[in-house]
Amino acid sequence: MLRYIAWRIMMMIPTLLLISALVFTIIELPPGDYFESYISELRAQGEAVDMAEIEALRAQYGFDQPPVMRYFHWVAGMLQGDFGYSFEYQLPVNEVVGERLWLTVLVSTFTIIFTWLMAFPIGIYSATHQYSWGDYGLTFLGLIGLAVPNFLLALLLMYFANMWFGTSIGHLMDLKYLNEPMSWDKAKSILEHLWIPVIIIGTAGTAGMVRRLRANLLDELQQQYVVTARAKGLSPFRTLVKYPLRMSLNFFVADIGSILPAIISGAEITAIVLSLETTGPMLIKALQSQDMYLAGSFLMFLAFLSVIGVLISDIALAILDPRIRLQGGSTK
Amino acid sequence: MTVQQIPEPGAPLPHYVSTAPFDPYSVEAMTEAQSRVYQASQIRLIWWRFKKHRLALVSAIFLGLLYTMIIFTEFLSPYNLHTRNVDMIHAPPQRVHLFHEGQFIGPFVYGRDMTLDMDTLRRVYTDNPNDVQPLRFFCRGDTYKFWGLFEGNLHLVCPAEGGTFHLLGTDRLGRDMLSRIISGARISLTIGLLGITISFILGIVIGGLAGYHGGIIDLVVQRIIEVLQSIPSIPLWMALAAIMPVTWSPIVIYLGITVILGLLDWTGLARAVRSKLLALREEDYVLAAQLMGASTSRIIGRHLVPGFMSHLIATATIAIPGMILGETALSFLGLGLRPPITSWGILLTEARDVSVIANYPWLLLPAVPVILVILAFNFFGDGLRDAADPYK
Repeated sequence: MLRYIAWRIMMMIPTLLLISALVFTIIELPPGDYFESYISELRAQGEAVDMAEIEALRAQYGFDQPPVMRYFHWVAGMLQGDFGYSFEYQLPVNEVVGERLWLTVLVSTFTIIFTWLMAFPIGIYSATHQYSWGDYGLTFLGLIGLAVPNFLLALLLMYFANMWFGTSIGHLMDLKYLNEPMSWDKAKSILEHLWIPVIIIGTAGTAGMVRRLRANLLDELQQQYVVTARAKGLSPFRTLVKYPLRMSLNFFVADIGSILPAIISGAEITAIVLSLETTGPMLIKALQSQDMYLAGSFLMFLAFLSVIGVLISDIALAILDPRIRLQGGSTK
Repeated sequence: MTVQQIPEPGAPLPHYVSTAPFDPYSVEAMTEAQSRVYQASQIRLIWWRFKKHRLALVSAIFLGLLYTMIIFTEFLSPYNLHTRNVDMIHAPPQRVHLFHEGQFIGPFVYGRDMTLDMDTLRRVYTDNPNDVQPLRFFCRGDTYKFWGLFEGNLHLVCPAEGGTFHLLGTDRLGRDMLSRIISGARISLTIGLLGITISFILGIVIGGLAGYHGGIIDLVVQRIIEVLQSIPSIPLWMALAAIMPVTWSPIVIYLGITVILGLLDWTGLARAVRSKLLALREEDYVLAAQLMGASTSRIIGRHLVPGFMSHLIATATIAIPGMILGETALSFLGLGLRPPITSWGILLTEARDVSVIANYPWLLLPAVPVILVILAFNFFGDGLRDAADPYK
C-alpha cells in the first residue's frame, strides 16, 4: 500500500511540472508585460514616468532575463511558497490571495459532499427502479441540471431567494467579516451563505454522476452473482447492499477524479456571478489586467487542487479495491 | 391422432422413409425479413437501431431544423439584427391574436401605448385595443445583407406598415429579441461544430499515433492528456481567451474561440482512439497492410479508424454541448465574443443583473434555446452511442 502511495505521489511530479510549464506559457503569451500597460496608463493620466524606476522594477522581477530563466525562477519560488508579486495590488501574491484559496477549497469540498449525498441515493433508486416514473422523472431533472448553464442557475436562484426569502445572496459571508480573522461568528456566517453556491455548482456534477452510477449499477445488477444471491433466497435489499453496491462504490470513488475539474470550473463562474470571496472573481480581474503572476498562481493552484483531488480518489480506490494496488500501474 | 403403440420387445421395427420432396438447405433458408437484416449495410443497421430511440430521433430532427434555419437567419427574423426601435425600449413580448371583438382577422397584434411611470421611472406598455395591426407574411421589411453578401429585404413575417411586432420583446436599445435570438443561433451553433471538428482531427491524429506506435510517443501523449484533463477547463479557457488582443476583429475572435475550445477538448477522443488502436493494431489485416507496404497514415486512416468511426462520432456529439456551454460562459464573462457579433452568450450578458430579471424577464429568453439545444445534443448523442455498434 505504502509503495503504491509513494509511486502515485512520484507520478504527480511530472504532471505538475508540465502543468506549470503550460500555465507559464499561457501567462507569457500576451504581447508586452504589465509594465508596458502600466507605463501607458501613467502617460494617459499625464503623470511623469520614471523610466529608471521602471527598469529597476523590471530587473528586480527578472523581466530583463529570457523567459526560460524566469520560468525556473517562478517554479523555484513556488516551491519555497513564494508565488511572485502582484503588480496590480503592489503586494506579494501570497498576501493578496489570503483566505481566498481556503474558501475555494471549502466550497469545492462541500460541493463534492453535496454531489455524493445527492447522487448516491438517486443513482441507486434509478437503477433499481429502471424505467419507472421515478426513474424517468429523476433522469429528466438531472438532464435539466446538466443543460442549464451554471451562471444562469446562479442568477435565477439569486432572484428567487430574493423574492421568496427576502435575503440577498452573493458573497460567502456577511460583509462585516470580510477582512476579519476567523471566528465562530464568521464561520457561522460562511456556512449560512455556503448552500447556494454549493447547490448551483453541484447540480451539473450530480446529474453526470447519477447518470454514470445508474449505468454502472445496471451492469452490475445483471451479473450472475446477483442471480445466485437471489436464488439462494437473499432478500432484494440485502442482495443489493451486499454485492452490486460495493462494486459500484469503486466506480463512485474513481469518479471524483473526473468530476473535480468540472466542479472547480463551475465554481469559478458561479463565484464570479455571485461575487464570492473565492479565486474566481480575482482570477478574471487578474487575467484582464495582465497581472500575470497573480493569474498564474491562481491557475496553478486550481490545477494543483484537482491533481490532489485525483490523488486522494486514487488512494481511496486502492484501499477499496486490492486489484488496483497489486497492479501498481495506471489506475484507469 | 393415433396413439403410437410401443412395439413388443425384440419385434422388428417398421422402417419408414418419407417420399415427400426434401430440401436439405431448408434450415439455412431465410425469410425475406431475415435476409433483409443479414444483407443490410452497417449504416442501414445503425439507422434501424437509431430509429427505435424515439427521443434521439426527435432531437435529431430538431437539430436538423435548427441547422437548416441558420442558413436563412436573415430571412426568418422579422427585423434586422441592428434595427433599433427607440419607441419600444425594454418592451415586453407582444401577444399574437386571431380574433378581434369576436371577429376572425388572422394573426395580428395590438398596437402599443407607452407611458412613463413617474414613481419607478419605468416605461409601461399597454395594448391599444383599437389599433389592430395584422401581420404580413413573405413581405418586404428591413434591409439586410444575406450572409454579408447580397442585399435583401424579404422576411418570413413582418409587422404591419408603421406597426411593431416584438414576439419576444425588446432589449435595452429597443432591438427585437426574436431577431437577435435567431441571429445568435448562427454563431452559437456553429461554434460547437467548428470546435468539435478541430478536436476531432487532433484526437484522431494524436490518439492514432500514440496507439499505433506505442512506446515513447504513447507515454508522452498519455502525460499530456493527463495534464490537460486535470486542469479545470473554464479557468484555462478564460486565460486563453484573455490573451486575445482587443484589437482583433470580432470574426477573428470568433475563430480564436473555436480554436481554444477545440484545442483543449481533444483529450477524450484521443484516449478513445488510442485504446481502440492498441487492441486493433495486432490484427492480421494490419500486418497484411504493412507487408503490402502501406504507410502509417494509410493504415490508421484507411484500415483502422473506419472500424470504429461510428463510436467516435457518437463521442464527439456528446462533446458538443460542452463547447456551446463554454462559449456561452466565456461570452457571459466578457472574455469571449464581443458585439456586434451576436451569440446566445452575448445576449445573456444583458441579463447579468438580478434587477433585470425582476423587471425585464424576457431578456432571459435566449437561455431557452441554449437549454433545448444542449438537451437535444445529449439525447442525440445517447441514441448514436447505442446505435453505433449495431452488431451487438
